[in-house]
Amino acid sequence: MTLLESRRVTAPARRRGVSRRRGGRAGYLFVAGYAVLLLAFGVFPTVYAFYLSLTNDRGQFTGVNQFVKVIQDYRFVPAFTDMLLYLVMWLVLLVVLTVLVAVVLRGRMRPGLSALFRFLFYLPGALAGVASVLVWLFMLDPDVSPVSWLLDSLGLNSFAAVLAPGNLPVILVLIAFWTGAGGWIVVMYGALNNIPDEVLEAAKMDGAGPWKTAWHIQIPMIRTWIAYMAILAFAAGTQLFVEPQLLQTASLGRVSPTWSPNQLAYVFAFQQGDFNGAAAVSVFLLAIGLIAAGLLVRRSDMFKVDET
Amino acid sequence: MTDTALRSASARRPGTPGRVLSTLIVVVLLGVLLVFFVLPVIWLLLAPSKTAAQIVNDSPLSFGSFSQIGKAWDHLTAFQNDALLTWLKNSAIYSGASLLLTLATSVPAGYALALTRFRGRKTLLMITLVTMIMPSATLVLPIFLELNEFHLIGTVWSIILPFSFYPFGVYLVYIYFATNLPRDILAAARIDGCSEWKLFTHIALPLARPVIALVAFFGFVGNWNNFFLPYLVLPNSNEFPIQVGLNQLLSSTPSFNPVAGAGLNITIPELALAIIIAILPVLVLFLFSQRALVSGMLAGATKE
Repeated sequence: MTLLESRRVTAPARRRGVSRRRGGRAGYLFVAGYAVLLLAFGVFPTVYAFYLSLTNDRGQFTGVNQFVKVIQDYRFVPAFTDMLLYLVMWLVLLVVLTVLVAVVLRGRMRPGLSALFRFLFYLPGALAGVASVLVWLFMLDPDVSPVSWLLDSLGLNSFAAVLAPGNLPVILVLIAFWTGAGGWIVVMYGALNNIPDEVLEAAKMDGAGPWKTAWHIQIPMIRTWIAYMAILAFAAGTQLFVEPQLLQTASLGRVSPTWSPNQLAYVFAFQQGDFNGAAAVSVFLLAIGLIAAGLLVRRSDMFKVDET
Repeated sequence: MTDTALRSASARRPGTPGRVLSTLIVVVLLGVLLVFFVLPVIWLLLAPSKTAAQIVNDSPLSFGSFSQIGKAWDHLTAFQNDALLTWLKNSAIYSGASLLLTLATSVPAGYALALTRFRGRKTLLMITLVTMIMPSATLVLPIFLELNEFHLIGTVWSIILPFSFYPFGVYLVYIYFATNLPRDILAAARIDGCSEWKLFTHIALPLARPVIALVAFFGFVGNWNNFFLPYLVLPNSNEFPIQVGLNQLLSSTPSFNPVAGAGLNITIPELALAIIIAILPVLVLFLFSQRALVSGMLAGATKE
């Protein structure tokens, strides 16, 4: 709507001269296709989910009733606490290990070897999604796992024991780390690479060892990137669906089918036919995603919209 | 491990326990991570060459035989009359068609956002940033509800159109043009009477090849691996993309589903082979476009 209105407004501006115009009118044509997709699959679904969550199945306005209903559902709190437990473990492990590894790869080895390590760590990213879950089902099945001795020593001597519901956060962290950490190591390495050599030289002159340099100089200098990673990983972590869904299948029903909030929304929509309830659960997740995104855009200069 | 920082520290305190300990930590850390990241990949590549019994009994990293890979392939294609090939074809259609639409919409949009001025540009940019940062899964259920409302469930378009919406692609193109194409060049061409369309096709597009490759890579990989949306909107097996097909194979494997899987030849080697086939296109892209990838992941950092 605003696009159409503003189009009329800019028309007189053209008279100011060809060179000042900078393709204003053509701009609308160039963005038109994308704008349609953005409205159809970005803005509209968001608005529609909010609308559904505020109404009932006959389209009557019900205020916060849908939200009250889903919060009081016996599966709601467990789904969100599962997610929270997973998120805490995942974020701590991700931040500590990716930063540590990036520091080590940046400072302590030949560039060629470091590039090889980064590539090998990154490679499992090609198996993101369903493939990664299937691979880890094999890795965690004591019958076929190449590290069955390790599973045995942890007292996990059957597939059923491995897939006990209490182990799910750890399994999901393993999968997420396997497919996702390599990419972040590459990003952190790149960020460390942007620190000028003189800064590191100066630290060395002052007698700082590699660990001290990392802790007092390098890590503080890439903290925007660390925050960026943490926020993105947090937002993505709230959206777990495919991993617990497949683990649920493979566990023959021992794992709850509503382990994560997205699965709960799925059950609301597909098993109970309650689209309003599903929308209410989705709105919670949408809100988390929107807040995380808003935080990043507002607070970090990485996404500063140019002023020229 | 030649490291100047490390050497200078040791020059002052030669052979101190601290230095030995710190090297030990580094070696152990990298060693453990290397095994963690690489071992599952190697295991997966070897699994189809063995029978299910060999996988259980032989050494985990042994190679079986090539003929066994052929047998696993036969079992796999026998599953629901070449279902695997249908799924691959579907994945190629969904990912390919939406990639074309993504490029056709995101390249001009990124160009216009970077180099033209129009009312609403900032708003559009802001919404793009927010939707780009939001995990794509957030919108899947709302998109399903929307498609359901408009009776598009189960059609090809219910996959292709949502897949084509790719704000990250727009952002990459926007950054690329904002940093690599000086406005003065466009201004000069305008004074010479060049039309806006010609500016785009004759000046901007020829420069955009690297960023087009980048958008194509990320868009294709994301769509190829997408599971959630097709899982929700496609009811029939012959419409599944490969990712949803893998899910069906999993629930037809006796080791993971003794009831439904009984009597089928889908065991661990077949499943492993199916995984390898499913990820092959992405894996090949990964191997051949490392450098492009890294620059894409660092797009924000090199913005200046």
